[in-house]
Amino acid sequence: MSRDTALVSADWAEKNLDTPGLVFVEVDEDTTAYDGGHIPGAIKLDWKKDLQDPVRRDFVNQEQFSALLSERGISNDDTVILYGGNNNWFAAYAYWYFKLYGHRDVKLIDGGRKKWELDARPYSKDVPQRAATEYQASAPDLSIRAFRDEVVQAIGVKNLVDVRSPDEFAGRLLAPAHLPQEQSQRGGHIPTAISVPWSKAANEDGTFKSDEELAKIYGEAGLDGSRDTIAYCRIGERSSHTWFVLKELLGQENVKNYDGSWTEYGSLIGVPIALGDEPGKA
Amino acid sequence: MTASSNIADGCAAPDQSAPIPASVDLEKETVITGIVTNADGEAVGGAYVRLLDGTGEFTAEVVTSPEGVFRFFAAPGSWTLRALSRHGNGDLTVDATRGVNEVGLSVAA
Repeated sequence: MSRDTALVSADWAEKNLDTPGLVFVEVDEDTTAYDGGHIPGAIKLDWKKDLQDPVRRDFVNQEQFSALLSERGISNDDTVILYGGNNNWFAAYAYWYFKLYGHRDVKLIDGGRKKWELDARPYSKDVPQRAATEYQASAPDLSIRAFRDEVVQAIGVKNLVDVRSPDEFAGRLLAPAHLPQEQSQRGGHIPTAISVPWSKAANEDGTFKSDEELAKIYGEAGLDGSRDTIAYCRIGERSSHTWFVLKELLGQENVKNYDGSWTEYGSLIGVPIALGDEPGKA
Repeated sequence: MTASSNIADGCAAPDQSAPIPASVDLEKETVITGIVTNADGEAVGGAYVRLLDGTGEFTAEVVTSPEGVFRFFAAPGSWTLRALSRHGNGDLTVDATRGVNEVGLSVAA
């Protein structure tokens, strides 16, 4: 994977709105922005309603993902072009799902909705109707998804990258104050994790920094290129953004997203936790 | 926990034009709020307002309401507000104290 295959510019997107075989998809946690105007021809995916299991604490499984994409009119052969708000956090999360379920061709629009808006590009309120398909998701590729036991075993062994804000890393904050239902029981970070807030990877217009800048940022933060890597945040959305950078832009092998993230880890009984601004010891 | 966090750092930002919730204790909170306007003094909705800390480091970002309103829950101290919009950009430094800090932020190409 590389920038050429995983990312398209807003300019490229606008020039290819009518290209056959492309499906533009806006992904957000709050889809009111889509309803007020979106990239012409784009359909929407609601991260919570469409992509989370309504009962279990997990995202949609292989059958649910197949049914969702079939109903929305996306076929296995389509090139899926994702974008969204919040600097593409939830679009990157969806990108990770598409990869997990084996979709062949999926890309992000660099900068997402923000870049589209700042460039004063056009919106549409028309909601396209796409004929249903018979989408077949593959079995989940668990080489890109980390679970809790693996994360505990990775302490002091693999690169752990905490992409939350410095205050969340240190344990001074558990979560943004408006989301108490997603708080963990304890604050802090996984011992030996390095702190590289997701925002370090993005320019102010929401586009990703250059490969050279990105390599420098993670290298200086202490990411060891010879080790496997697990990225985490609070609920797995910001870490999808960083997973995308490390795996898809920089092409590192063996990068996993720990989607359970701090809301799971910080509620586990008996696991080690580090407080303060330093990674801490294994 | 103390709620010195900002509102856009975790997930979708709440409605920027909504009144400050009754649960927010203005004796403790440091609210930075205002309206983004263009060169003609008109409110700019859909602008991206970034909150940068005293060292210029990114802290949070919200999108202005249709009325151009933005709001952050910060902490006392020096902050920089940076607005990005299709009408241009603008910056403002704020020395925030506890309570509500109201500012005006203009953008120009």
